[in-house]
Amino acid sequence: MQNVNLKIEKNVKVGTDIYLMKLVGDTSSIKKPGEFINITVPGYYLRRPISVCDYGTGYVDILYKVLGLGTKDMSTFKEGMMLDCLVGLGNGFDITKAQKPLLVGGGIGIAPLVGLARAFNEKGIKPILVFGARSKNDIVLVEQLSELCDLHVCTDDGSLGFKGNVIECIKASNLDFDYYYSCGPQKMLEFLSKAYPNGCVSLEARMGCGFGACMGCSIETTKGPKRVCKEGPVFEATEVIF
Amino acid sequence: MKNLKVNFLGKVFKNPIVPASGTFGFGYEFSDLYDINILGSISIKGTTLEPRYGNKLPRIAECPSGLINAIGLQNPGVDKVVTEELVKLDEVYADQIIANVGGHSTYEYVETVKKFNNSDKTFAIELNISCPNVTGGGMAFGVDPQTAYDLVKAVKEVSTKPIIVKLSPNVTNVVEMAKAVESAGADAISLINTLVGMRFNLKTGKPIIANVKGGYSGPGIYPVALRMVYEVSQAVNLPIIGMGGVSTAYDVIEMMYAGASLVMVGAQNLIDPYACKKIIEDLPRVMDELNIENLEDIIGGRK
Repeated sequence: MQNVNLKIEKNVKVGTDIYLMKLVGDTSSIKKPGEFINITVPGYYLRRPISVCDYGTGYVDILYKVLGLGTKDMSTFKEGMMLDCLVGLGNGFDITKAQKPLLVGGGIGIAPLVGLARAFNEKGIKPILVFGARSKNDIVLVEQLSELCDLHVCTDDGSLGFKGNVIECIKASNLDFDYYYSCGPQKMLEFLSKAYPNGCVSLEARMGCGFGACMGCSIETTKGPKRVCKEGPVFEATEVIF
Repeated sequence: MKNLKVNFLGKVFKNPIVPASGTFGFGYEFSDLYDINILGSISIKGTTLEPRYGNKLPRIAECPSGLINAIGLQNPGVDKVVTEELVKLDEVYADQIIANVGGHSTYEYVETVKKFNNSDKTFAIELNISCPNVTGGGMAFGVDPQTAYDLVKAVKEVSTKPIIVKLSPNVTNVVEMAKAVESAGADAISLINTLVGMRFNLKTGKPIIANVKGGYSGPGIYPVALRMVYEVSQAVNLPIIGMGGVSTAYDVIEMMYAGASLVMVGAQNLIDPYACKKIIEDLPRVMDELNIENLEDIIGGRK
């Protein structure tokens, strides 16, 4: 973990209430896709923990949805503004687990899968991605994702792609994978983990600190209590007690 | 050369800054960030007789100038704390720590306190009779003078360590509570714990915290903390640890004016993991600015 000031290079709307922000500066403490950063939003006491969408030398991209007052303010931030960030937080995805990876993103849970897909691409593997959402308004970054993945889109209302949820989509498309990586709504992760034990889930939680000090985000697992911010956010699907 | 040393219960602390219980884990995790040996001491995560998972999530809600928490004393239980957590901490922190003890019954408090008797790492026990987040215990011991008196008396009988009683601000008369624990034999008092509060989710209309209510802390409670530390310090003859919303070196100075010998830093650790380090490094500059040579001289106000 490192406390750094990052500069907003870009902050653009990419979907309904969904924004992509590029931050530049020292991001060297980000080690794996699936980690998160914790941002001080001026005017609010607690930091905002946001998934690393993608990262590289000197930059980190975050994809966020306006859900509360803090993210609403973030969406108005202009290029050039400096943000106080804790970077290199959490335990990200382990890409050594899959030879034939399946990525499953639900809604804004697509965010960390972008960097993960890129990491697989760099290993010479093109992962399958099932991207589910309520409607086409929540399906973002399609062009980029199609380049990185074998993309399957599904929506609850059928407004884009397969009509149905991610599990129905996986089954209907008869997808071949040996291990999956998922991020999305709690219910989706729960059903996914019950349908397929061979994968991992990236959880979200309201956090106090984001670095393991306050126990504000501890969940129960088969191996005792674990902190979403420290041992997580990525957990083996079979260890989480939903 | 500014003198930051303070004497508290016969021990010289290199400075008065102590991370407050529940905001610093068991301490060792912060040693990845900086040399935690600069800290005056550490009040470790609240410890109970048996392991506790704590409350359901969400346990955290943001507030103006602070946050509400309802962790519910998650900890691995006293045996593991003594044999594992304190051993890990000992590798990165040379000084003694303050063990924070919670419970649901007199029996639990007494048995937990006993387990620290042989812990050389432990300087004193902070008796948490003010946790608002556990049912049928915790704060229940800290809102009635007679109940608090009986508990402190029972704990004093078995403990070989000094007993610091952590008081709740959720009372009509904090002085009455302070006097009760003083007469029961408490060695020191720490205050304030969090103020009971709640938040609602604007969209669902339901409380954000799964446990409905939680404890509010952060800069918002700082003036309340100062007032209570002041009132208690005027009324009892025990050394006091002041806490509640302390975020800067200036806040530390004021807290000491109010009567605190040691000052705990809580919520600020959660938004800035370097908070205690920054405060300790800033204290000599602030003392210089205010013409203070010895920090100890300002406890209870400037002479």
